[in-house]
Amino acid sequence: MDKNKYKELVSRKTPKENVLYNAMIAFFVGGIMGMIGQFLIDIYTFFFHISTSEAAVFMIITLIFLGCLLTCLGFFDKWVHFARCGLIVPITGFAHSMMSAALEYRKEGLVTGIGANMLKLAGTVIIYGVLSAYIFGTLRLLMLGA
Amino acid sequence: MTFRYNNVYINEVSTVTGPYEAKGPLSKYFDKSYDDLYFGMNTWEQAESKLIEESVDILLTKIKRTKFDIDLLISGDLLNQIVASNYASSSLGMPYFGIYSACATSVEGLIIGANMIEAKQIKNCICSTSSHNNAAEKQFRYPTEYGGPKPKTATFTSTGGASAYLDSKKAGVRIESATVGITTDIGFKDVYHMGAAMAPAAASTIYRHLRDTKREPGYYDLIITGDLGVIGKEILKEYIKTEYGVKLKNYDDAACMIYDLKKQPVYSGASGPACAPLVTYSYILKKMKNGELDRVLLVATGALMSQTTVNTKLSIPSIAHAISLEAIE
Repeated sequence: MDKNKYKELVSRKTPKENVLYNAMIAFFVGGIMGMIGQFLIDIYTFFFHISTSEAAVFMIITLIFLGCLLTCLGFFDKWVHFARCGLIVPITGFAHSMMSAALEYRKEGLVTGIGANMLKLAGTVIIYGVLSAYIFGTLRLLMLGA
Repeated sequence: MTFRYNNVYINEVSTVTGPYEAKGPLSKYFDKSYDDLYFGMNTWEQAESKLIEESVDILLTKIKRTKFDIDLLISGDLLNQIVASNYASSSLGMPYFGIYSACATSVEGLIIGANMIEAKQIKNCICSTSSHNNAAEKQFRYPTEYGGPKPKTATFTSTGGASAYLDSKKAGVRIESATVGITTDIGFKDVYHMGAAMAPAAASTIYRHLRDTKREPGYYDLIITGDLGVIGKEILKEYIKTEYGVKLKNYDDAACMIYDLKKQPVYSGASGPACAPLVTYSYILKKMKNGELDRVLLVATGALMSQTTVNTKLSIPSIAHAISLEAIE
């Protein structure tokens, strides 16, 4: 049997992922995350009398802290597993990926373990985040002027 | 290559498992199960090593022997440089062969041991295998606390250590013959679909075993593959029929037996070097001793890739070794 015929056999036997169901869950959980974020911003602006942009920074810090804390307490992975992109795409996913790697490699030392491996998953996001920021920044400059 | 044996027996076996296996349908057949994945050790790697040590200790107690009576320890696992086996052998203190065939390691060990006993080079040996869910996740996939989703085709690495004591003394179950697998590569690349990557190897080995021994699939009361999973099992059935014209009878897969597939979150079943021996040494051997099964063909399947070859987009080579077991009258 050649490669393509075998691939065809495999895909015939493989059950389809329930894309619509997964997307709906991610959509609703992601939406709730957005609501929580907005709620935090409103609270911070109301109680601490700071501007919305400053409050947004505090909101991000709060969510990162919660993502890290819940990962360390050991059940955030189950939430992420359920909500998929609903929790991975927001900043909580970034915190979760860094903290889970840090926990995993703690026993291999502070430098060779945590230092070398903490950004194992999140490093990609940083590298390509910075790269795309440069590309889109340049495009914006060229198209809209300084 | 198919070997025949006149005088090799699996006298005794032992199994130690983690918490997930203890919640599965075969839990009552295991010798010992832990409810914590560290087993009192500091790291996942040490924990896996402990599984081998403990299973060998239990085995020695069962056969009433000490380490000085054992001629050879053959052991293998999934970790880089097979460290779980290496460290276990260092504290067990027996002459040691470390072997690697990924999830086909258990049967490779049995074949090597059986050949040496048949050739009278050694009097007896212990063959061990282990795998550890978290140690494997850490090495092959993501950190254990990371909850990234996986496709339905993924498998769940079983946690356990299994050992078998081989001797020429007639007791337990007879090793009748064995077929050494040929590494096959059909060009399949999806690491989250191991069953599909390994099915062609299993088909090739089963076909060659039946051809060499001039047997029909119905000769065996059970043909059991190692860890193809629910989907891989169906792929094998169809592949072996179209490619080799073999219609499998009395066929099952160990990956579909060790967990409760409806209740436990294990995707399409178990995997790992410990999967096949955990099921065989507990449930299947018990049935053979009870007289419910007479002839069993165990086909352990292994995918021989590494993280680097996966990242460089190479296809996954796979292998399957088969061993034929017979109940003693």
